[in-house]
Amino acid sequence: MELVSKRFADTAVVLPRGRIDHATAEQFKAALAPHLASAAARDPLVIDLTGVEYISSVGLRVLMLASKQAKAQGCALAVCGLQPVVREIFEISRFNLVLQVFPSLREALAALSTEALAAFGAA
Amino acid sequence: MLVRFWGTRGSIPVAMTSAEVKRKLVTALVAAAGRGLDTPGKARAFVEWELDFSVSHTFGGNSSCVQIDTGGPDYVLCDLGSGARVLGNNVLATGGPSGHRFHVFMSHLHWDHIMGFPFFMPAYLPGNHVRIYGCHDGLEEAFRRQNAAPSFPVDFSRMGARIEFVRLEPERDYEVAGLRVRAKRQHHGGDSYGYRLEHDGKVVVYSTDSEHKQDDPEQVKAFVEFFREADLVIFDAQYSLADAISVKEDWGHSSNVVGVEMCQLARAQRLCLYHHEPIFDDERIATLLAETRRLEEITRGDHRVEVHAAYDGLEITL
Repeated sequence: MELVSKRFADTAVVLPRGRIDHATAEQFKAALAPHLASAAARDPLVIDLTGVEYISSVGLRVLMLASKQAKAQGCALAVCGLQPVVREIFEISRFNLVLQVFPSLREALAALSTEALAAFGAA
Repeated sequence: MLVRFWGTRGSIPVAMTSAEVKRKLVTALVAAAGRGLDTPGKARAFVEWELDFSVSHTFGGNSSCVQIDTGGPDYVLCDLGSGARVLGNNVLATGGPSGHRFHVFMSHLHWDHIMGFPFFMPAYLPGNHVRIYGCHDGLEEAFRRQNAAPSFPVDFSRMGARIEFVRLEPERDYEVAGLRVRAKRQHHGGDSYGYRLEHDGKVVVYSTDSEHKQDDPEQVKAFVEFFREADLVIFDAQYSLADAISVKEDWGHSSNVVGVEMCQLARAQRLCLYHHEPIFDDERIATLLAETRRLEEITRGDHRVEVHAAYDGLEITL
Protein backbone atom coordinates (compact mmCIF):
# COMPACT_ATOMS: atom_id res chain seq x y z
CA MET A 1 0.00 0.00 0.00
CA GLU A 2 1.37 3.40 -0.99
CA LEU A 3 -0.05 6.79 -0.17
CA VAL A 4 0.69 10.09 -1.86
CA SER A 5 -0.89 13.45 -1.14
CA LYS A 6 -1.78 16.61 -3.01
CA ARG A 7 -3.20 19.94 -2.00
CA PHE A 8 -5.79 22.05 -3.79
CA ALA A 9 -6.10 25.43 -2.03
CA ASP A 10 -7.44 24.67 1.47
CA THR A 11 -8.12 20.98 0.80
CA ALA A 12 -5.73 18.09 1.29
CA VAL A 13 -6.20 15.06 -0.95
CA VAL A 14 -4.63 11.72 -0.07
CA LEU A 15 -4.38 8.92 -2.60
CA PRO A 16 -3.70 5.43 -1.23
CA ARG A 17 -2.89 2.72 -3.76
CA GLY A 18 -3.18 -1.07 -3.68
CA ARG A 19 -5.01 -3.24 -1.15
CA ILE A 20 -6.04 -2.01 2.28
CA ASP A 21 -6.45 -5.19 4.31
CA HIS A 22 -5.26 -6.86 7.50
CA ALA A 23 -1.67 -6.66 6.26
CA THR A 24 -1.70 -2.97 5.31
CA ALA A 25 -4.38 -1.24 7.40
CA GLU A 26 -1.94 -0.11 10.10
CA GLN A 27 0.29 1.36 7.42
CA PHE A 28 -2.72 3.17 5.95
CA LYS A 29 -3.67 4.47 9.38
CA ALA A 30 -0.15 5.73 10.04
CA ALA A 31 0.07 7.37 6.61
CA LEU A 32 -3.26 9.10 7.15
CA ALA A 33 -2.41 10.39 10.64
CA PRO A 34 -0.32 13.47 9.71
CA HIS A 35 -3.01 14.61 7.28
CA LEU A 36 -5.64 14.34 9.99
CA ALA A 37 -3.35 16.19 12.36
CA SER A 38 -2.99 19.05 9.89
CA ALA A 39 -6.71 18.99 9.34
CA ALA A 40 -6.95 20.38 12.85
CA ALA A 41 -7.07 23.76 11.18
CA ARG A 42 -10.47 22.67 9.83
CA ASP A 43 -9.27 22.24 6.29
CA PRO A 44 -11.30 19.67 4.35
CA LEU A 45 -9.73 16.29 3.66
CA VAL A 46 -10.50 14.04 0.68
CA ILE A 47 -9.41 10.41 0.51
CA ASP A 48 -9.30 9.49 -3.16
CA LEU A 49 -9.63 5.70 -3.48
CA THR A 50 -9.17 5.57 -7.26
CA GLY A 51 -6.02 3.48 -6.82
CA VAL A 52 -7.45 1.10 -4.21
CA GLU A 53 -8.49 -2.28 -5.57
CA TYR A 54 -9.75 -3.79 -2.30
CA ILE A 55 -10.55 -2.61 1.22
CA SER A 56 -11.30 -4.97 4.10
CA SER A 57 -13.21 -4.32 7.31
CA VAL A 58 -9.99 -3.24 9.01
CA GLY A 59 -9.39 -0.64 6.31
CA LEU A 60 -12.97 0.56 6.60
CA ARG A 61 -12.43 0.86 10.33
CA VAL A 62 -9.49 3.18 9.67
CA LEU A 63 -11.78 5.33 7.52
CA MET A 64 -14.40 5.37 10.28
CA LEU A 65 -11.83 6.46 12.87
CA ALA A 66 -10.56 9.15 10.50
CA SER A 67 -14.11 10.36 9.96
CA LYS A 68 -14.75 10.50 13.72
CA GLN A 69 -11.51 12.42 14.29
CA ALA A 70 -12.25 14.85 11.48
CA LYS A 71 -15.75 15.42 12.81
CA ALA A 72 -14.41 16.09 16.30
CA GLN A 73 -12.00 18.62 14.80
CA GLY A 74 -14.80 20.28 12.88
CA CYS A 75 -13.40 19.51 9.44
CA ALA A 76 -15.11 17.84 6.51
CA LEU A 77 -13.91 14.44 5.28
CA ALA A 78 -15.01 12.75 2.09
CA VAL A 79 -13.98 9.76 0.00
CA CYS A 80 -14.16 9.50 -3.76
CA GLY A 81 -13.19 7.48 -6.79
CA LEU A 82 -14.35 4.04 -5.65
CA GLN A 83 -13.54 1.22 -8.05
CA PRO A 84 -16.50 -1.13 -8.71
CA VAL A 85 -15.42 -3.77 -6.16
CA VAL A 86 -14.69 -1.15 -3.50
CA ARG A 87 -18.01 0.54 -4.26
CA GLU A 88 -19.83 -2.75 -3.69
CA ILE A 89 -17.95 -3.30 -0.42
CA PHE A 90 -19.03 0.19 0.68
CA GLU A 91 -22.64 -0.59 -0.18
CA ILE A 92 -22.70 -4.02 1.48
CA SER A 93 -21.03 -2.69 4.63
CA ARG A 94 -23.33 0.40 4.54
CA PHE A 95 -20.29 2.68 4.62
CA ASN A 96 -21.90 4.61 1.77
CA LEU A 97 -24.48 5.70 4.37
CA VAL A 98 -22.06 6.93 7.03
CA LEU A 99 -19.33 8.60 4.97
CA GLN A 100 -19.59 11.29 2.32
CA VAL A 101 -18.88 9.39 -0.90
CA PHE A 102 -18.45 11.06 -4.31
CA PRO A 103 -17.92 9.48 -7.71
CA SER A 104 -14.89 11.64 -8.55
CA LEU A 105 -12.39 13.98 -6.96
CA ARG A 106 -13.88 16.89 -8.87
CA GLU A 107 -17.30 16.21 -7.36
CA ALA A 108 -15.83 15.81 -3.88
CA LEU A 109 -13.99 19.13 -4.13
CA ALA A 110 -17.09 20.82 -5.55
CA ALA A 111 -19.00 19.72 -2.44
CA LEU A 112 -16.33 20.67 0.07
CA SER A 113 -14.55 23.82 -1.14
CA THR A 114 -15.02 26.26 -4.02
CA GLU A 115 -11.38 27.38 -3.65
CA ALA A 116 -10.15 23.82 -3.92
CA LEU A 117 -12.37 23.20 -6.96
CA ALA A 118 -10.95 26.29 -8.64
CA ALA A 119 -7.39 25.20 -7.87
CA PHE A 120 -8.18 21.72 -9.19
CA GLY A 121 -9.57 23.21 -12.41
CA ALA A 122 -6.48 25.37 -12.85
CA ALA A 123 -4.08 22.48 -12.24
CA MET B 1 -23.24 -34.55 11.43
CA LEU B 2 -26.47 -32.61 11.08
CA VAL B 3 -27.01 -29.08 12.39
CA ARG B 4 -30.60 -28.04 13.10
CA PHE B 5 -31.59 -24.48 13.81
CA TRP B 6 -34.49 -24.10 16.25
CA GLY B 7 -34.05 -20.40 17.00
CA THR B 8 -32.10 -17.90 14.92
CA ARG B 9 -33.29 -14.42 15.87
CA GLY B 10 -31.14 -12.04 17.85
CA SER B 11 -31.93 -10.22 21.07
CA ILE B 12 -35.67 -10.91 21.31
CA PRO B 13 -38.12 -13.30 19.67
CA VAL B 14 -40.27 -11.80 16.92
CA ALA B 15 -43.44 -12.89 15.13
CA MET B 16 -44.62 -12.09 11.64
CA THR B 17 -47.39 -9.54 11.60
CA SER B 18 -50.65 -10.11 9.72
CA ALA B 19 -49.59 -7.33 7.35
CA GLU B 20 -46.47 -9.33 6.45
CA VAL B 21 -48.52 -12.52 5.96
CA LYS B 22 -50.91 -10.63 3.70
CA ARG B 23 -48.02 -9.17 1.68
CA LYS B 24 -46.59 -12.65 1.11
CA LEU B 25 -49.99 -14.02 0.07
CA VAL B 26 -50.58 -11.21 -2.39
CA THR B 27 -47.14 -11.67 -3.93
CA ALA B 28 -47.63 -15.45 -4.16
CA LEU B 29 -51.12 -15.21 -5.66
CA VAL B 30 -50.01 -12.73 -8.30
CA ALA B 31 -47.04 -14.97 -9.17
CA ALA B 32 -49.39 -17.98 -9.41
CA ALA B 33 -51.89 -16.29 -11.74
CA GLY B 34 -52.62 -18.41 -14.79
CA ARG B 35 -50.42 -21.28 -13.61
CA GLY B 36 -53.23 -23.82 -13.22
CA LEU B 37 -52.24 -24.81 -9.69
CA ASP B 38 -55.33 -26.95 -9.21
CA THR B 39 -53.88 -29.69 -7.02
CA PRO B 40 -52.04 -29.52 -3.66
CA GLY B 41 -49.04 -31.19 -5.29
CA LYS B 42 -48.74 -28.58 -8.04
CA ALA B 43 -49.24 -25.76 -5.53
CA ARG B 44 -46.63 -27.26 -3.18
CA ALA B 45 -44.09 -27.61 -5.99
CA PHE B 46 -44.72 -24.03 -7.08
CA VAL B 47 -44.23 -22.75 -3.54
CA GLU B 48 -41.11 -24.83 -3.02
CA TRP B 49 -39.30 -24.22 -6.28
CA GLU B 50 -40.59 -21.06 -7.90
CA LEU B 51 -41.35 -18.52 -5.22
CA ASP B 52 -38.56 -16.55 -3.58
CA PHE B 53 -37.64 -17.90 -0.15
CA SER B 54 -38.69 -14.66 1.51
CA VAL B 55 -42.19 -15.07 0.04
CA SER B 56 -42.69 -18.80 0.59
CA HIS B 57 -40.98 -19.06 3.99
CA THR B 58 -40.00 -16.98 6.96
CA PHE B 59 -36.60 -16.82 8.61
CA GLY B 60 -38.50 -17.10 11.83
CA GLY B 61 -38.56 -15.48 15.14
CA ASN B 62 -37.34 -17.73 17.94
CA SER B 63 -34.20 -16.71 19.79
CA SER B 64 -30.98 -18.72 19.81
CA CYS B 65 -31.05 -22.51 19.93
CA VAL B 66 -29.07 -24.85 17.67
CA GLN B 67 -28.90 -28.65 17.77
CA ILE B 68 -25.78 -30.57 16.78
CA ASP B 69 -26.94 -34.07 15.81
CA THR B 70 -24.13 -36.60 15.60
CA GLY B 71 -26.49 -39.53 15.32
CA GLY B 72 -25.81 -40.47 18.94
CA PRO B 73 -28.50 -41.08 21.56
CA ASP B 74 -28.04 -37.75 23.40
CA TYR B 75 -29.23 -34.33 22.31
CA VAL B 76 -26.49 -31.69 21.96
CA LEU B 77 -27.60 -28.06 21.91
CA CYS B 78 -26.12 -24.60 21.86
CA ASP B 79 -28.12 -22.09 23.90
CA LEU B 80 -31.61 -22.22 25.33
CA GLY B 81 -33.37 -19.30 23.70
CA SER B 82 -37.05 -19.51 22.82
CA GLY B 83 -36.23 -22.02 20.07
CA ALA B 84 -35.63 -24.58 22.83
CA ARG B 85 -39.37 -24.61 23.54
CA VAL B 86 -40.07 -25.89 20.04
CA LEU B 87 -37.23 -28.41 20.23
CA GLY B 88 -38.47 -29.72 23.60
CA ASN B 89 -42.00 -30.21 22.33
CA ASN B 90 -40.65 -31.97 19.26
CA VAL B 91 -38.58 -34.35 21.39
CA LEU B 92 -41.61 -35.27 23.51
CA ALA B 93 -43.82 -35.70 20.46
CA THR B 94 -41.40 -37.96 18.64
CA GLY B 95 -39.56 -39.71 21.48
CA GLY B 96 -41.97 -39.89 24.38
CA PRO B 97 -41.92 -38.13 27.74
CA SER B 98 -38.76 -39.46 29.37
CA GLY B 99 -35.41 -41.13 28.95
CA HIS B 100 -33.81 -38.21 27.15
CA ARG B 101 -30.41 -36.71 27.90
CA PHE B 102 -29.51 -33.20 26.80
CA HIS B 103 -26.11 -31.49 26.74
CA VAL B 104 -26.39 -27.73 26.35
CA PHE B 105 -23.46 -25.39 25.70
CA MET B 106 -24.31 -21.85 26.78
CA SER B 107 -22.75 -18.91 24.92
CA HIS B 108 -23.78 -16.59 27.77
CA LEU B 109 -26.63 -15.84 30.12
CA HIS B 110 -28.38 -12.92 28.51
CA TRP B 111 -32.12 -13.25 28.52
CA ASP B 112 -32.62 -14.16 24.88
CA HIS B 113 -30.28 -17.15 25.30
CA ILE B 114 -31.92 -18.65 28.41
CA MET B 115 -35.58 -17.67 27.99
CA GLY B 116 -36.61 -20.99 26.42
CA PHE B 117 -35.75 -23.05 29.48
CA PRO B 118 -38.89 -22.31 31.56
CA PHE B 119 -40.86 -23.63 28.57
CA PHE B 120 -38.59 -26.59 27.87
CA MET B 121 -41.02 -29.36 28.76
CA PRO B 122 -38.50 -32.22 29.05
CA ALA B 123 -37.01 -30.39 32.05
CA TYR B 124 -40.27 -30.81 33.97
CA LEU B 125 -40.50 -34.56 33.43
CA PRO B 126 -38.78 -37.10 35.69
CA GLY B 127 -36.58 -39.51 33.83
CA ASN B 128 -34.92 -36.84 31.71
CA HIS B 129 -31.43 -35.51 32.27
CA VAL B 130 -30.26 -31.99 31.34
CA ARG B 131 -26.60 -31.02 31.61
CA ILE B 132 -25.97 -27.31 31.08
CA TYR B 133 -22.37 -26.36 30.35
CA GLY B 134 -20.91 -22.87 30.43
CA CYS B 135 -17.96 -20.73 31.40
CA HIS B 136 -19.77 -18.06 33.44
CA ASP B 137 -19.64 -17.92 37.23
CA GLY B 138 -23.37 -17.25 37.50
CA LEU B 139 -24.48 -20.09 35.21
CA GLU B 140 -26.75 -21.91 37.67
CA GLU B 141 -27.98 -18.76 39.37
CA ALA B 142 -29.17 -17.27 36.07
CA PHE B 143 -31.38 -20.29 35.39
CA ARG B 144 -32.69 -20.57 38.94
CA ARG B 145 -33.47 -16.83 39.09
CA GLN B 146 -35.36 -17.00 35.81
CA ASN B 147 -37.56 -19.85 37.09
CA ALA B 148 -38.55 -18.03 40.27
CA ALA B 149 -40.88 -15.31 41.54
CA PRO B 150 -41.40 -12.60 40.46
CA SER B 151 -40.19 -13.61 36.98
CA PHE B 152 -41.99 -16.96 36.57
CA PRO B 153 -44.80 -18.79 38.37
CA VAL B 154 -43.21 -22.25 38.46
CA ASP B 155 -40.10 -22.47 40.60
CA PHE B 156 -36.95 -24.20 39.37
CA SER B 157 -37.34 -26.75 42.17
CA ARG B 158 -40.52 -28.01 40.48
CA MET B 159 -38.59 -29.18 37.45
CA GLY B 160 -38.64 -32.95 37.66
CA ALA B 161 -35.72 -33.80 35.41
CA ARG B 162 -32.21 -34.26 36.71
CA ILE B 163 -30.55 -30.93 35.97
CA GLU B 164 -26.82 -30.37 36.33
CA PHE B 165 -24.65 -27.34 35.73
CA VAL B 166 -21.11 -27.92 34.52
CA ARG B 167 -18.50 -25.18 34.55
CA LEU B 168 -16.07 -25.25 31.66
CA GLU B 169 -12.78 -23.47 31.24
CA PRO B 170 -12.15 -21.70 27.96
CA GLU B 171 -9.29 -22.80 25.70
CA ARG B 172 -9.49 -26.37 27.02
CA ASP B 173 -10.72 -29.48 25.21
CA TYR B 174 -13.56 -31.54 26.65
CA GLU B 175 -15.17 -34.76 25.47
CA VAL B 176 -18.96 -34.58 25.70
CA ALA B 177 -21.44 -36.92 24.03
CA GLY B 178 -18.85 -38.03 21.52
CA LEU B 179 -17.84 -34.48 20.62
CA ARG B 180 -14.60 -32.72 21.32
CA VAL B 181 -15.60 -29.28 22.56
CA ARG B 182 -13.52 -26.17 23.17
CA ALA B 183 -14.82 -22.79 24.37
CA LYS B 184 -13.35 -19.40 23.55
CA ARG B 185 -14.07 -16.10 25.27
CA GLN B 186 -15.65 -13.47 23.02
CA HIS B 187 -16.13 -9.72 23.25
CA HIS B 188 -19.68 -9.10 24.50
CA GLY B 189 -21.18 -7.38 27.51
CA GLY B 190 -20.41 -9.67 30.47
CA ASP B 191 -18.44 -11.92 28.08
CA SER B 192 -19.75 -14.62 25.82
CA TYR B 193 -18.15 -17.88 24.70
CA GLY B 194 -17.95 -19.46 21.30
CA TYR B 195 -17.72 -23.24 20.92
CA ARG B 196 -15.75 -25.35 18.48
CA LEU B 197 -17.39 -28.77 18.30
CA GLU B 198 -15.70 -31.63 16.47
CA HIS B 199 -17.01 -35.09 15.67
CA ASP B 200 -15.81 -37.70 13.24
CA GLY B 201 -13.69 -35.25 11.26
CA LYS B 202 -16.41 -32.58 11.02
CA VAL B 203 -16.18 -29.21 12.76
CA VAL B 204 -18.93 -26.76 13.73
CA VAL B 205 -18.12 -23.40 15.29
CA TYR B 206 -20.94 -21.72 17.19
CA SER B 207 -19.94 -18.09 17.61
CA THR B 208 -22.79 -15.80 18.50
CA ASP B 209 -22.99 -12.56 20.45
CA SER B 210 -19.42 -11.78 19.58
CA GLU B 211 -18.07 -8.42 18.53
CA HIS B 212 -14.96 -8.59 16.38
CA LYS B 213 -13.43 -5.14 16.62
CA GLN B 214 -10.60 -6.10 14.27
CA ASP B 215 -8.26 -3.59 15.89
CA ASP B 216 -5.99 -6.17 17.53
CA PRO B 217 -4.17 -8.41 15.02
CA GLU B 218 -3.49 -11.01 17.72
CA GLN B 219 -7.20 -11.30 18.50
CA VAL B 220 -8.04 -11.61 14.82
CA LYS B 221 -5.43 -14.33 14.48
CA ALA B 222 -6.77 -16.17 17.53
CA PHE B 223 -10.32 -16.23 16.15
CA VAL B 224 -9.14 -17.26 12.71
CA GLU B 225 -7.45 -20.24 14.38
CA PHE B 226 -10.64 -20.97 16.32
CA PHE B 227 -12.55 -21.03 13.00
CA ARG B 228 -9.73 -22.84 11.15
CA GLU B 229 -11.06 -25.11 8.37
CA ALA B 230 -14.44 -25.49 10.07
CA ASP B 231 -17.11 -27.17 8.01
CA LEU B 232 -19.62 -24.65 9.36
CA VAL B 233 -19.23 -21.34 11.20
CA ILE B 234 -22.46 -20.08 12.80
CA PHE B 235 -21.73 -16.37 13.06
CA ASP B 236 -23.40 -13.40 14.70
CA ALA B 237 -24.14 -11.02 11.82
CA GLN B 238 -26.73 -8.84 13.50
CA TYR B 239 -25.35 -5.47 12.42
CA SER B 240 -23.97 -3.90 9.29
CA LEU B 241 -20.24 -3.27 9.53
CA ALA B 242 -20.84 0.49 9.52
CA ASP B 243 -23.19 0.22 12.51
CA ALA B 244 -20.93 -2.26 14.34
CA ILE B 245 -18.01 0.15 14.36
CA SER B 246 -19.88 3.42 14.81
CA VAL B 247 -23.18 3.93 16.63
CA LYS B 248 -23.34 0.32 17.86
CA GLU B 249 -19.68 -0.09 18.78
CA ASP B 250 -19.34 -2.12 22.01
CA TRP B 251 -22.92 -3.37 21.76
CA GLY B 252 -21.39 -6.81 21.35
CA HIS B 253 -22.35 -7.97 17.86
CA SER B 254 -20.70 -8.41 14.53
CA SER B 255 -21.46 -8.14 10.81
CA ASN B 256 -21.74 -10.18 7.64
CA VAL B 257 -18.62 -8.47 6.25
CA VAL B 258 -16.43 -9.60 9.14
CA GLY B 259 -17.98 -13.08 8.97
CA VAL B 260 -16.97 -13.45 5.33
CA GLU B 261 -13.45 -12.17 5.95
CA MET B 262 -12.83 -14.41 8.94
CA CYS B 263 -14.15 -17.50 7.19
CA GLN B 264 -11.97 -16.69 4.18
CA LEU B 265 -8.91 -16.27 6.37
CA ALA B 266 -9.74 -19.49 8.24
CA ARG B 267 -10.59 -21.36 5.02
CA ALA B 268 -13.91 -22.44 6.52
CA GLN B 269 -16.30 -24.30 4.23
CA ARG B 270 -19.56 -22.63 5.19
CA LEU B 271 -20.64 -19.42 6.89
CA CYS B 272 -24.12 -19.24 8.37
CA LEU B 273 -25.40 -15.75 9.21
CA TYR B 274 -27.09 -15.98 12.60
CA HIS B 275 -28.67 -13.93 15.41
CA HIS B 276 -30.66 -11.84 12.95
CA GLU B 277 -31.52 -8.27 13.81
CA PRO B 278 -35.08 -8.32 15.24
CA ILE B 279 -36.23 -5.32 13.20
CA PHE B 280 -35.37 -7.09 9.92
CA ASP B 281 -38.24 -8.65 7.99
CA ASP B 282 -37.81 -11.64 5.67
CA GLU B 283 -37.10 -9.51 2.61
CA ARG B 284 -34.35 -7.65 4.47
CA ILE B 285 -32.66 -10.85 5.63
CA ALA B 286 -32.92 -12.30 2.10
CA THR B 287 -31.23 -9.15 0.78
CA LEU B 288 -28.54 -9.46 3.45
CA LEU B 289 -27.91 -13.06 2.35
CA ALA B 290 -27.69 -12.07 -1.34
CA GLU B 291 -25.29 -9.22 -0.53
CA THR B 292 -23.13 -11.48 1.62
CA ARG B 293 -22.92 -14.09 -1.14
CA ARG B 294 -21.94 -11.32 -3.54
CA LEU B 295 -19.28 -10.03 -1.14
CA GLU B 296 -17.83 -13.53 -0.82
CA GLU B 297 -17.76 -13.79 -4.62
CA ILE B 298 -16.04 -10.47 -5.34
CA THR B 299 -13.45 -10.91 -2.57
CA ARG B 300 -12.80 -14.63 -3.10
CA GLY B 301 -9.24 -15.79 -3.55
CA ASP B 302 -8.58 -19.48 -4.17
CA HIS B 303 -11.07 -20.66 -1.56
CA ARG B 304 -14.86 -20.50 -1.78
CA VAL B 305 -17.00 -20.06 1.34
CA GLU B 306 -20.61 -21.22 1.00
CA VAL B 307 -22.89 -18.63 2.63
CA HIS B 308 -26.21 -19.41 4.31
CA ALA B 309 -28.66 -17.40 6.39
CA ALA B 310 -30.04 -19.35 9.34
CA TYR B 311 -33.77 -19.77 9.68
CA ASP B 312 -35.88 -21.62 12.22
CA GLY B 313 -36.09 -25.14 10.78
CA LEU B 314 -32.93 -25.01 8.66
CA GLU B 315 -30.92 -28.22 8.60
CA ILE B 316 -27.35 -28.34 7.30
CA THR B 317 -25.73 -31.72 6.76
CA LEU B 318 -21.95 -31.79 7.04
